[in-house]
Amino acid sequence: MQESTNPPFAGLSSAEIGEIHSEMSHYEDKSAVSIEALKIVQKHRGWVSDDSLVAVAELLAIAPAQLEGVATFYNLIYRQPVGKTVIHVCNSVTCWMLGAEQVRERLCRHLNVELGEMSQDGEYTILPIVCLGACDHAPVAMVGDQLILDLADNTVKQIFGE
Amino acid sequence: MDRMDRPLTQNIKADRPFASLADYLQTGGYQGLANAIKNLQPKEVQQWVKDSGLRGRGGAGFNTGLKWSLVPMPEPNDADRNPTHYLVVNGDEMEPGTFKDRLLLEKDPHQLLEGIVIAAYAIQAQTAYIFLRGEYHLAAERLAHALEEARAQGYVGEHILHSDFSLRIHLHSSAGRYICGEESALLNALEGKRATPRPKPPFAVVSGLWGKPTVVNNVETLCNVPHILRYGVEWYRSLGRGADKGTKLFGASGRVRRPGLWELPMGTPIREIIEDHAGGMRDGYQLRGFLPGGASTDFLLPEHLDVPMDYDAVTKAGSRMGTGTLIVLDDQTCPVQMVLNLEQFFAQESCGWCTPCRDGLPWTVTLLKDIIEGRGRLEDLDTLAGLTRMLGPGNTFCALAPGAMEPLQSALKYFRADFERYISCGNTILETG
Repeated sequence: MQESTNPPFAGLSSAEIGEIHSEMSHYEDKSAVSIEALKIVQKHRGWVSDDSLVAVAELLAIAPAQLEGVATFYNLIYRQPVGKTVIHVCNSVTCWMLGAEQVRERLCRHLNVELGEMSQDGEYTILPIVCLGACDHAPVAMVGDQLILDLADNTVKQIFGE
Repeated sequence: MDRMDRPLTQNIKADRPFASLADYLQTGGYQGLANAIKNLQPKEVQQWVKDSGLRGRGGAGFNTGLKWSLVPMPEPNDADRNPTHYLVVNGDEMEPGTFKDRLLLEKDPHQLLEGIVIAAYAIQAQTAYIFLRGEYHLAAERLAHALEEARAQGYVGEHILHSDFSLRIHLHSSAGRYICGEESALLNALEGKRATPRPKPPFAVVSGLWGKPTVVNNVETLCNVPHILRYGVEWYRSLGRGADKGTKLFGASGRVRRPGLWELPMGTPIREIIEDHAGGMRDGYQLRGFLPGGASTDFLLPEHLDVPMDYDAVTKAGSRMGTGTLIVLDDQTCPVQMVLNLEQFFAQESCGWCTPCRDGLPWTVTLLKDIIEGRGRLEDLDTLAGLTRMLGPGNTFCALAPGAMEPLQSALKYFRADFERYISCGNTILETG
């Protein structure tokens, strides 16, 4: 087995804890902040490791198993490492009709990955996503936070600008 | 059209990215709120909206003012004159083929905020949450900015417009899953739990977020409210062309010439949307059918083009208006494969709580795949028809599975020959399919 290059887990950072606490003030009950808390950790670390999950559960005073049930339910919480930029390719009906499968194949071929895999340089992961609400510009993808519309034969250029 | 004929999109202009607070105020923004708070009692605001005929734009079409009136309101002799109530904005737009709320969120965030404050006043909520789907990053950014502006100007916060009414608004950015759009699942998500729906009754208006009376309204629904309070009930009712009142964002996607979104009067015939606004079919394609309002509505055919986009009229034609964004099926797309795509979506997005949905949807997908890949038998069509009944209304905790069955049951009715061709010849009727 390859040795992990990640530093040993030293607990949540004060920035993470601060952000989580400020979200808590919005709710009647601090466990309500679980999704925000997972998203905050993910923003800082790229994904939610087992160690992070346990630390968040402790902070919210809920069982790790309960938080794991939440973390694995929501598809925008990543429980395994992903590339620096996640490319979400819409696979819902209008995009499917207008060539989403070809878009996904072009991207996978370009990065030499399967759907769900991280590129070797750790830069990208391609994931499927349901309707992104831009069906008048189908097919579409979300690259990081950015929506890319009207994907066509030159998908790779539209997304990587190469 | 005059801007009074299209109140929802009057501030959306090609030459600017979105309407700022100044832009919004210039066309009378926050005057509806001033009228509500300064001149009307909460129950009168409920009555105005009820009388306007506004129906929920998320798809179910329940009268908005009537929903508000179901919230137990404090009486003068009550010990607690200010019991906790919540308003929750459903901005979890994820119905495949639907792209209307994103426009309103990104282009005119103050219109939504004004609608929220008026609705919260009407039900006497002290806190409102905007539940926004996690992928809507630009909407989140613009809403957060608009919220800052509204707080600074006294439209949100303590003693709004110097009245006794105060409201906190929080933005919750979600983390995915279609089921979050279901009202009671959304409340669980907001409480930080898995988004499984809740059994009903009790309904959210009586026992919602943390057990408190809660109204959940769709983004587009709330965007109508400021205009009703500003220009009045009679004006709003005059906007509809048929039985339903007001305007709505209608859209079309698929192989039409100009896919897009248009604000049109309720009751606009489907033909006008597809032929005039969307420019008809692209060259070389014929119209074969359409889903009138998202993935969970029944297929209709070209013979239904003259049906008006009214809730009851579309229901009478055998489907639902749903979100009002048409998904157009052309003659070179295989309807069986289209239904497979839809059912794969629903099977993936089932929360897994109740058995018909958790087991029935993957079964549906397996049968459709068998048929498409040449392993189908004629009996499979009977099994699929049986599933449309077993997963239909009354057998599940929420509307996900019944919604999933709508395109399937209508495809079996209208495109049966396409299914049978796969079974008898192992391929699609379409050469290019």
